[in-house]
Amino acid sequence: MPDRTNPFLILQSIGKTFASGVTALENVNLTVNEGDFMSLLGPSGCGKSTALRIIAGLSSPTSGVVDWRGAPLQQNDIGFVFQEPTLLPWASVYDNVWMPLRLRGVSRNDAEPQIAEVLERVHLTGFENAVPRELSGGMKMRVSIARGLVTRPRILLMDEPFAALDEITRFKLNNDILELWQERGFTVLFVTHSVFESVFLSNRITVMAAHPGRVFEQLTIDAPYPRDTAFRTSAHYAELCRNTSDTLSRAMGMETADAVH
Amino acid sequence: MPSIDTIQPVVIDADEARRVRLRKLERTGSWLLPLIIMIAAIALWDRICVWNEIPQYILPRPGVVLNTMIEDAGLLFSSLLVTLRITVLSLALAVIGGVGLSVLFTQSRFIEMSLFPFAIVLQVTPIVAIFPLINIYVDDQTTKLLLCAWIVAFFPILSNTTLGLNSVDRNLIDYFKLNGASRWQTLWHLRLPAAMPYFLGGLKIAGGLALIGAVVAEFVAGTAGQSSGLASRIIEAGYRLNAPRLFAALILISLTGIIIFLLLSWISHLALHRWHESALKQEQ
Repeated sequence: MPDRTNPFLILQSIGKTFASGVTALENVNLTVNEGDFMSLLGPSGCGKSTALRIIAGLSSPTSGVVDWRGAPLQQNDIGFVFQEPTLLPWASVYDNVWMPLRLRGVSRNDAEPQIAEVLERVHLTGFENAVPRELSGGMKMRVSIARGLVTRPRILLMDEPFAALDEITRFKLNNDILELWQERGFTVLFVTHSVFESVFLSNRITVMAAHPGRVFEQLTIDAPYPRDTAFRTSAHYAELCRNTSDTLSRAMGMETADAVH
Repeated sequence: MPSIDTIQPVVIDADEARRVRLRKLERTGSWLLPLIIMIAAIALWDRICVWNEIPQYILPRPGVVLNTMIEDAGLLFSSLLVTLRITVLSLALAVIGGVGLSVLFTQSRFIEMSLFPFAIVLQVTPIVAIFPLINIYVDDQTTKLLLCAWIVAFFPILSNTTLGLNSVDRNLIDYFKLNGASRWQTLWHLRLPAAMPYFLGGLKIAGGLALIGAVVAEFVAGTAGQSSGLASRIIEAGYRLNAPRLFAALILISLTGIIIFLLLSWISHLALHRWHESALKQEQ
């Protein structure tokens, strides 16, 4: 198990202003520890996705620093899972998962053990030759997660990955991602607007407020892992959800007070 | 994937049974109906010739046309080959030119901005009007015809492929960037496959246009007595009031166009049927 007190990623007063003049992020300070499962929770427009894109290096901050503690980040170190499965529709499940390795020059055969292992971990063994349209929404998302994990990244960035799925599928995938996270010990930064999802998954939640996007409050979810269906129905879970929900309400209340210009 | 045939033993209600029947009927009708209409039209054509005693040099009876096609087979098919060669070659060059240019366009917006208007000018100017110029500047007969057919055929490939290369899911582009993909890798593994349905759509149009381009070019060149393709056979037959041969040549051109279209549709189906929406059968 990784030491969850060891800072892994520090955002120092990150700000992002678009050319349109919209300020997406303002003075965001955030520390993610190694092995954390951290959720970014907030209303739409609070800049959660923008923050994730800046961390991934897809977008640069207008001000502030993204500080990767320890070794400088390698290409392999970041896995990204989008809101949509974002698969190549013409490629089979196998080839979709192979793609990140292929782009790094790994041949189809050499990639076989890694692909087989990761597909097994997301319960997709036997679907190697299916193309995305032959799969259900949940299965597509599993392929997307497998593709994100096949390079064995140190941090997995997830941008509302389960938002478009039905509740039963979402619960199942929640359990699966937790299992993977515990087993492999990578760090997760998980963007969501669901209080229940963030409480179930995370050991830490960063509640964000909108207009402009900023960190409102940091919460620690002190429930032990592994968390399972029993945890989902426990009084403790309900209590944690209520607290988190209250914080989110305050974050949004402040927003409405601020919005009156 | 369950089809109608594999779910036979299931008990179904009257409404569902009616729908299955209707679907079967539609499937047969889709080829049977056009066939019946075609046969009826040919029969009517024949009767009109007989009833109105129309002379053969104005409107020959279908049987006569068929006979001519068989008797003049040597002449007609060698001409068909000439036309076909120009069509296929110009289509191949249109694919190379169209795809090559569109790849160039996607490398830089500025190249696209600079060159695309010229492609449009080339497209909207009627080829018949350009041909006299080509006739002056180009000596070689085949090159002349090829150039002409190419100008007509390459634009749909260029514009469709450019559209396709630019319609890639933004997230997938981000994903490739995240994985450190080079420009070439992004082109090869992402943009080109994503553009495939658009390209194939353009190819289907270009196939027909290449034939039209080849025939038009022959027509213009043929009046100067330099060509030996099907179009020049038509002109020749027109001068000689040989209507049966004219009709035979016309039918051959039509059939060629149909075969080209079917062939390209088949290629398109092979390439897309597993993944692209356009090639999927709707299931209820």
